[in-house]
Amino acid sequence: MTAIAESPAPRVRAARRPSLVWLGVVPFLAFAFLFLLWPTLYIVVAAFRTPQGDWTLANVLGLFQKSILDAYWISIRISLASAALGCLIGLLVAWAVVLGGLPAWLRGPVMTFSGVASNFAGVPLAFAFLATLGRVGLVTILLRDWFGINIYAMGFNILSFWGLTLVYLFFQIPLMILIITPALDGLKREWREAAAILGASGAQYWRLVALPILFPSLLGCFALLFANSFGAVATAFALTGSSLSIVPILLFAQIRGDVLNDPHLGYALAFGMIVVTALANGLYVWLRLRAERWLK
Amino acid sequence: MTRAFAWIAFALGAIYFFLPLIGTVEFSLRMLRGQYSFEAYRRVLADPRFLDTLGYSVAMAVATIVFGVLLVVPTAFWVRLKMPRIRPLIEFITLLPLVIPAIVIVFGYIRLFNTSSILPLTGSAMGTNVLLMFGYATLALPYMYRAVDTGLRAIDVRTLTEAAQSLGAGWVTILARLILPNVLVAVLSGAFLTFAIVIGEFTMAALLNRPAFGPYMQLLGANRAYEPAALAVIAFAITWACMGLMQLVTRFQKHTRAQR
Amino acid sequence: MPFLEIARLEKSFGALRVVRDFNLAIEKGEFVSLLGPSGCGKTTVLRMVAGFEAPDSGTIRIDGQDVLGLRPNQRSIGMVFQAYALFPNLTVAQNVGFGLKVKGTGRAEMDARVDEMLRLIGLPDLGQRYPFQLSGGQQQRVALARALAPKPQVLLLDEPLSALDAKVRVSLRNEIRAIQRDLGITTLFVTHDQEEALSMSDRVVVMNGGLAEQVGDPHEIYNRPATRFVAQFVGTLNVLEAEVTDPAAGRVRLAGQEIALGRPLPPGRASLALRPEVVSLGPAPGRDLRLAGRIAEVHFLGSVIRMRVAVGSDHVSLDAFNRPDAPPPAVGEAVELSVSPRDLLVLEG
Repeated sequence: MTAIAESPAPRVRAARRPSLVWLGVVPFLAFAFLFLLWPTLYIVVAAFRTPQGDWTLANVLGLFQKSILDAYWISIRISLASAALGCLIGLLVAWAVVLGGLPAWLRGPVMTFSGVASNFAGVPLAFAFLATLGRVGLVTILLRDWFGINIYAMGFNILSFWGLTLVYLFFQIPLMILIITPALDGLKREWREAAAILGASGAQYWRLVALPILFPSLLGCFALLFANSFGAVATAFALTGSSLSIVPILLFAQIRGDVLNDPHLGYALAFGMIVVTALANGLYVWLRLRAERWLK
Repeated sequence: MTRAFAWIAFALGAIYFFLPLIGTVEFSLRMLRGQYSFEAYRRVLADPRFLDTLGYSVAMAVATIVFGVLLVVPTAFWVRLKMPRIRPLIEFITLLPLVIPAIVIVFGYIRLFNTSSILPLTGSAMGTNVLLMFGYATLALPYMYRAVDTGLRAIDVRTLTEAAQSLGAGWVTILARLILPNVLVAVLSGAFLTFAIVIGEFTMAALLNRPAFGPYMQLLGANRAYEPAALAVIAFAITWACMGLMQLVTRFQKHTRAQR
Repeated sequence: MPFLEIARLEKSFGALRVVRDFNLAIEKGEFVSLLGPSGCGKTTVLRMVAGFEAPDSGTIRIDGQDVLGLRPNQRSIGMVFQAYALFPNLTVAQNVGFGLKVKGTGRAEMDARVDEMLRLIGLPDLGQRYPFQLSGGQQQRVALARALAPKPQVLLLDEPLSALDAKVRVSLRNEIRAIQRDLGITTLFVTHDQEEALSMSDRVVVMNGGLAEQVGDPHEIYNRPATRFVAQFVGTLNVLEAEVTDPAAGRVRLAGQEIALGRPLPPGRASLALRPEVVSLGPAPGRDLRLAGRIAEVHFLGSVIRMRVAVGSDHVSLDAFNRPDAPPPAVGEAVELSVSPRDLLVLEG
């Protein structure tokens, strides 16, 4: 190998190698850019443009009218409520199955069912709730005939804030169960026993040890559930058509050209949705960093 | 006392989840006045659009799965093998579809890939199908990537690859004959999840105007009373079948692992 | 009156009887080890004392009080777990102060006690660290401090050293013993490591199959094992099968040699056991019994040479110190072993 000293070839190859390695992820990055990042960025940029291509704040300022702000507000409220209740109830059920001393064989079916129910969102879910809690739904009729309770006379409406939250919980709770179970499995038995032997009650163990340890996971679940319900279109649309004023429905109608006449307001609506979910996730990342000082 | 509380939590959860299912089944059987019958199901199945749209969505799901596997498996493998430093970036990208609402993404598609753009995918039916498939692949990305990456974590990618290379195997051989079989179970579980997502998807298909199952269900729901309940039961059965198959392959994997 | 008294304890998991008729009385300030292989029931006994498992029958008394009706958090017991039982979300100081905090101890008193404990375990400056920033040995010391901070009546140690590496294990076991002596706290220690049990304990309980096979001080356990299991589990043991030729005079035939043990034996066959250290290669003062053998294996370990010598159909392991001027014996060499008849243990069962 006397050629080593005089031949520049190995150096050239060594210098080119990093770019060759990069080639391996180019298809993925190209796909992600073309069909995920670019469309999103396009919307963001378009939200600040006039139809003629000039920069403007008018579109975004156009969001600040009562009907649109109300739509954001009810969307945020439904998402917060269904995420919070989903987290809470999902945590309770997951706790019951993982740590609460229920028979071990129950766990498999619960997990499978959660997988099904968390994906049973959208149009069929709306049908299911209409068939159950609609005006002639099974539960509505049973409550009326057996207990004399007419929920519609009491002001219940499946198209209301609580009605929609109730429907959304059908996919939020199982999603929570699916993603929080590994975290619950991560709680070591020794921690509970160490706390008990040091004199802590069950409540003290949860307040001082288990919940702080779970906190980052809970935050992540909450952020995910929030985004999950904030972007949901199909369920609400199948329940109501475009009559319900939540942001995704408004945007859906706008894209279809049903309602608003200003296309660039549509960009602003979508931009607003991105901002809300980005804020939720930014908050999550920030809280998580604070909560995880004790992690490596 | 803990156990009693656990049973209560479980029972309340069970009631909440089973009532709508029972209600739907009951409602779907009520089509003929005064008796339970399968009339609603008969009408749904007799509707040619049912089979057409379902067939379209199944084809889309299969295409999405094939594309997703071809995209995700080599990428996850390459990142684990050669570029572990950019894993956080890749993971971040794969999680984005959970955060960016699908309706925003598809809105972007409609404006970006319209007839007057450089990539006029929405100009033809086939182009729109491809675009919808890419959209579905985006939606499925978080699940697919996680499943495959978890599968890869279970095997020693580097050692396997180096062993194969020392025996003279090329990259295609390594991916197709070594990596894919080893993460097949993970891929399958990701595939069933993708299938479940795509079959019922509404927003993207509706906004891209494709004759998919989701928009068909919505349309039927807006015009009929009992058939939607029957459709919901059918959709639930499809989802359940997907998850059941997913569990089955996962269990099969555990079984083979234990034998080794 | 014993401070910790366990009587007629029974526990089954399904059809498996993991603890059978277990009795133990521990004096105040005593350090007692439960020694046995995994699955022998030692950990179950400890967990019943702690209150994590309920016995099927029997009693456990601490300082005269029956504790079986009490939940773990009412028993005033300190416990150190195998590993990683520190609360990861709390600092070292918060971990140590946990027991005081849940009792509602005042801030000042708590801080003082935490400082005292951290000084006791020799980590006075690490109070603000999180557990993941500590080594395994440091974590277990903190766990000890955490267990001791609320001044428990009894300290339970559940294999606290088994997850640590060898060097740390030895230094920490001396430290634990020193602290235990210092505080005079009654301690029950579970281990499968006989060296730990022998070196740390006032008394050792050797357990097997849920039964306590022998209770005694380490010297007694090692030198006068009550059962074959104890003899074989504790320390290295050579077992030689012999035929009793004269039960009254204690004469046996061993590997074709007639030897006298000088004490009566039951007729028939006898299993004779020898610790490696009571066997010498070649003649030795006070070891009058001679056994002819042939070197089967030689392992040069540095300061010690471990050999296996074939004696008839049995093998005898023995250790000799290294001598710089003499090479180790060769395999196949014929040798003579000398033993004192007093050191030959006769195993029952």
